[in-house]
Amino acid sequence: MKKNDNMLWRFFASVKLALITLFILASTSIIGTLIPQKNPPAFYIKEFGPELGRLFQILDLADMYNSWWFVAILALFSINLIICTIDRLPNVWRMVVMDNLRQPIDTLAKMPFRSSFLITGEMATATATVKKIMTDGGWKAKADEKENSTLLFSQKQAWCRLGVYAVHLSILLIFAGAIIGTVAGYKGSIMIPEGGSTDKIYQYGTNKPIPLGFEVRCDSFKLTLYDSGMPKEYRSDLTVMDRSNNLSFSKSIIVNDPLDYRGITFYQASYDALQGLKVEIYNKKTGRQQGFEIPFGQKTSWPGTKVEFGIINMQQTRGMARLKVWFSDGSGNPETFWMDGDTTRTLVSPDGEYEFYASQLYATGLQVTKDPGVWTVYFGCILMLVGLYVAFFLSHRRIWVYINKEDGQCRVLVCGTSSKNKLGFEKDFSALSERFRQNDTIQTT
Amino acid sequence: MDSSQLLGITTFAYLFSSFCYITILVFRAKKFGMAATLVTTVAFLINSAGIGLRWYESHQMGIGYAPLSNMYESLVFFAWSIALFYLGLEFKYKNQTLGAFSMPFASASMAYASFSAQFGKEIKPLIPALQSNWLIAHVITCFIGYAAFAVACGIGFMYLIKARNEKPAQGSILASLPSLKEIDDIIHRTLVFGFLWLSAGIITGAVWANSAWGTYWSWDPKETWSLITWFVYAAALHARFTRGWGGKRIAWLAIIGFLSVIFTYYGVNFLLSGLHSYGGN
Repeated sequence: MKKNDNMLWRFFASVKLALITLFILASTSIIGTLIPQKNPPAFYIKEFGPELGRLFQILDLADMYNSWWFVAILALFSINLIICTIDRLPNVWRMVVMDNLRQPIDTLAKMPFRSSFLITGEMATATATVKKIMTDGGWKAKADEKENSTLLFSQKQAWCRLGVYAVHLSILLIFAGAIIGTVAGYKGSIMIPEGGSTDKIYQYGTNKPIPLGFEVRCDSFKLTLYDSGMPKEYRSDLTVMDRSNNLSFSKSIIVNDPLDYRGITFYQASYDALQGLKVEIYNKKTGRQQGFEIPFGQKTSWPGTKVEFGIINMQQTRGMARLKVWFSDGSGNPETFWMDGDTTRTLVSPDGEYEFYASQLYATGLQVTKDPGVWTVYFGCILMLVGLYVAFFLSHRRIWVYINKEDGQCRVLVCGTSSKNKLGFEKDFSALSERFRQNDTIQTT
Repeated sequence: MDSSQLLGITTFAYLFSSFCYITILVFRAKKFGMAATLVTTVAFLINSAGIGLRWYESHQMGIGYAPLSNMYESLVFFAWSIALFYLGLEFKYKNQTLGAFSMPFASASMAYASFSAQFGKEIKPLIPALQSNWLIAHVITCFIGYAAFAVACGIGFMYLIKARNEKPAQGSILASLPSLKEIDDIIHRTLVFGFLWLSAGIITGAVWANSAWGTYWSWDPKETWSLITWFVYAAALHARFTRGWGGKRIAWLAIIGFLSVIFTYYGVNFLLSGLHSYGGN
């Protein structure tokens, strides 16, 4: 074939190149684990001096995994994978689909596993006997029957030879998925205060606003701590409001359980304690209820009632707020008291009874991702695992039986070969040979 | 009896197991073979019970989680994986000389977990990022791979020792080791097994990262080092499959690969900073 003579083709198809590329990828990858990534240029000049800092800039070491040269190595790796596969796959495919009944008879005696027997009688009966033994042993055979000789063939897992190419394809799929994600997706973030909503987010790095096409509201954010003060849970209650189809739904998200809508995913990433406060008052007598967002240290009144209140002092301990509340409903004396944030207290006055809830106002920090390539990547991952299993643990096992008439007897040659795992095949082969030996009409030679 | 006592006993049981295998090797005392296997099996069961009890205790404390979430717990699980992998290998190859080169890794891991004052052993609740079932899948797949690589490294040493003297005297220590061809085959199979699990470990980690942070790959030092390790073993397997590398070269690659594993597992947590930093305490 002509392409085999092409130097460039041979270069890209070679395993040597694959080995060298793997080595280069492995060793250059180390750099980015030693040099902190994605810091501003000033950081590198300060940490490593002006000369090195400039060199880092030329080589893009501040973001080396996205640098031109690293991407070039990955591209070389991909081309190598593709050419190597195109180069070898046709031959391997021929091995998978080949007609093994056309195997030259003289090669059979050179197979790694062989045993031979004699059957007295006619070819037809001998062939039938052999066929039965093979079928019983799990080796259902095809036959090529000629006048004085018969060749039988049976194989298992011929397709497993393709496993290694499935692995190669899986790597390319993962790369393709990553490219799809980079080109057609984005990563950004947004801070939404409790009660607030947004219809855009800001892209990482550029801070460019990206419209969502729908609105997301943060109904509430809740931080829960363990007794030790370690964070136990960050939870945001989000509501999606889509005017295009009048759809609206709520979901409570936590780390490891994001919200997904129209290919855009919202992850719980951070939070911020705001200056404001959240108050809810429920009048038990009248059944009226009202929520407020109020600034710190300012008197607020509940319109239509005589209720006035304010948060006049605040203490922060381990991320939790304690609040000092001033409250009056116009009857009796105004009350002042301390309460824990995010709790409810019952207040009784001559004119009424109230459930008073107050909490620090938070903003939830969401990471927002659109990655249409992720399923390609996942499919590649699954294909990789299946491919590795097939390539490593399955083997193409082939058995031929050649029967020929010689001196009035039928000579039977059983032989076989396996693409790998010779030890396992040896067991299979001796089990089959044993079946021949056990048969009364067959003599072992 | 609490889990820390059981895991303390485990340390000594693995040390004793290693001692047995080394004794068998050095004194060619094959008749103690049964005893060594028994000691290892019992040690493994105590280790399992220790992990199980720790899991139960965490539930008793109301913070139930699989004990796979910090350096101490992962070292304990590493030892467990090595012992399990080794017992499987011994059963498959019916050869106890492998034990002298495998079980010391389990002992070392347990001993380091038990005696180092560097990291806390107390059961601590999980931070939100770790509260995921992917944690279990990720840690188990990684450590089965790591265990195979540890054993491959040990057997790589075995190969290099044996290869120094091709024709050892009858009855010598070297003569009691499997033939070079067999050792080579065991290293290869162990590497292949480890590679499949390492791949699964990286993939489960990526899926988890995507569900927690919205990126399946962020070139965090831990991720990068796991990929470097993957490259090293991928290169080793290609060298063998297509260029017929074997013997000393594969033995050395098994050792180099394991150094990369150690750095990925341990070095990154303490020498570099990144998303896996919680693994350090």
